[in-house]
Amino acid sequence: MTGDHTLVDKIWDLHVVADLGQDQSLLHVDRHLLHDLSGTMALEEVNDKGYTVHSPELAFATPDHAVSSEPGRDDDTGGRSGRYVRGLREGCAKWGIKLFDLNDAAQGIVHVVGPEQGLTLPGTVLVCGDSHTSTHGALGALAWGIGSSEVAHVLATQTLVQTKPRQMRIRYNGSLSAHVVAKDLILYTIGKFGVDAGSGYAIEYAGPIIQALGVDARATLCNMSIELGARAGIIAPDDVTFGYLADKPFAPKGGQWDQALAHWRALPTDPDARFDKELSVNVADIEPQVTWGTSPGQITGISGNLPDPAQAKDVSERQNIKAALDYIGLAPGQALEGVPIDRVFIGSCTNGRLSDLRLAAEIVKGRKVANRVTAWVVPGSAPVKKAAEAEGLDKVFTEAGFHWREPGCSMCVAANGERVEPGARCVSTSNRNFVGRQGPEARTHLANPAMAAAAAVAGCITDVRKLAS
Amino acid sequence: MEKFTQLTATAAPLMRQNVDTDVIISIDNLMSQPRAKLGYFAFAPWRFLADGEENPEFELNRPGFRDAQILIAGRNFGCGSSREMAVWALSGMGFRCMIAPGFGDIFANNCTKNGLLAISLPENRVNDLAHAAEQAAGDTSFTIDLETNIITSPKGDTIPFEIAAGDRDALLAGLDEIGKTLQHGNAIAAFQARDRLARPWIYGVTVA
Repeated sequence: MTGDHTLVDKIWDLHVVADLGQDQSLLHVDRHLLHDLSGTMALEEVNDKGYTVHSPELAFATPDHAVSSEPGRDDDTGGRSGRYVRGLREGCAKWGIKLFDLNDAAQGIVHVVGPEQGLTLPGTVLVCGDSHTSTHGALGALAWGIGSSEVAHVLATQTLVQTKPRQMRIRYNGSLSAHVVAKDLILYTIGKFGVDAGSGYAIEYAGPIIQALGVDARATLCNMSIELGARAGIIAPDDVTFGYLADKPFAPKGGQWDQALAHWRALPTDPDARFDKELSVNVADIEPQVTWGTSPGQITGISGNLPDPAQAKDVSERQNIKAALDYIGLAPGQALEGVPIDRVFIGSCTNGRLSDLRLAAEIVKGRKVANRVTAWVVPGSAPVKKAAEAEGLDKVFTEAGFHWREPGCSMCVAANGERVEPGARCVSTSNRNFVGRQGPEARTHLANPAMAAAAAVAGCITDVRKLAS
Repeated sequence: MEKFTQLTATAAPLMRQNVDTDVIISIDNLMSQPRAKLGYFAFAPWRFLADGEENPEFELNRPGFRDAQILIAGRNFGCGSSREMAVWALSGMGFRCMIAPGFGDIFANNCTKNGLLAISLPENRVNDLAHAAEQAAGDTSFTIDLETNIITSPKGDTIPFEIAAGDRDALLAGLDEIGKTLQHGNAIAAFQARDRLARPWIYGVTVA
């Protein structure tokens, strides 16, 4: 096929309900995912304002943000979640929205549930009141996060008023070193280009390295597009995508599958398509990454040292580095390797999938969590948890001294008291190391699951390559 | 939503880079506080000391800037989480307009939905405005005019700005976007009717 359309162009064009002028389009939303914070609030707003939910068949909900991950949990465990979980349940029941309820076999983090249930499909427009909605781009969906006013707008109209984003393509070339995974690719990309490099863009990730990634790894990559400033990140659907979707519960079946497949195969960017911006990354340079500061762009390879504000290029940069070092409690120029830690969190919409848990378990097997460390594994969903248990991963973790918990956002968003203590230091597989993100005065270092596992057993930030056989 | 046409007020500089929505309003506060009280908790990690007292060194706590309604901010203001409560908190603190070299995309969108004007300007322009605001501490005569797209500093300097036409119209009119979109109800129904035939796998999905 010849043409000059990008993947995003094609999806966009298929979803325009009306041209509103002034560069704005009314876009149809195919999949609307709701969770227990913005979803609950928007359902309440729809109620308060007397709107009707337009297309409940296209909305799907699960509680994840506010819920406890404590084994044996209920709606109120942790003390904060009850109002949100019940609000979501009531709203879904009122309108007939499919809910994967707390402790259902399919409940989990909304960005794990969507792909895993086959709700996230190539060529769809998918939105959710959460900035990590970019995750769903892993399957070739045009997916982005929205605020709760827009969630209410989608509920009431099944559309969004949108201006088409500019388009960027990032190509990954070269060959990956051992123990360098998708999390390192995206963290490195953020460090290299900056946390606002993607502002105003939808990003297509491309190149042989991306095509070789499995869906879980693609999800990790697309997930952190927002940490690059982009609302949407997307990867062309291919046989990896289709193989993943073939047996998913809500994916099309039979004749509809064949019809969908023909549609999906025509979606990838045409050879002559032009992007507003093209970047490339040579992955051969990348080693396992760890953040040192309070922004995901404040990152170094594990063998690197912290920056010295005295060597910053300008005053603003100097202040930035100094503030981050003060908060994180580390000295200018110091090595990151060997810094003692208190907590490890393995989970989240970034790294809470089965392949993530396998990577971590491989390092943990036959070892013990260091005395000073409290380490948690929070599977991204109930199916992830079940599959991990079937492989015995839960035993690997618990025998090493990890806590094995119930699915949810947990310590990534720290919404329900599941947090890092003030001043304590955590190696986390989540996506944000912001000031206070994991709790007031909590110090977060973002890393891949194997690096987090290595830190748990070493008791300090360490190079997983030294532990791996 | 409240209209935005013209605003004459104090401007406060907060020239930190990459201010994220978590620091604008924490998850604890957004979950436990009613919307009307979120303003008090905006920037809490910076605004208050560990003992709960105000931090006198925080930019927005300084005399002359406490009643500011215009925020002049560093690059990538409002990055991170989609939490709309960040906008509610800023609004609750009194802000109606933000000027920065760039904003988090979702945050900027949330601003428009809540009648707050987010203006992007080149970094040197923002730095000049921050300098002017610093010098004019307490002077309430910064003017933002959305009808003419002009910012006027207390010294009378004028700076033109651009904003997406659709956003501008929405802010000027203070329209309810849902009500406006529902006027396209027939087009939405027609789209879905066509689409059900073209992409039947999108609709009515259930597990066998």
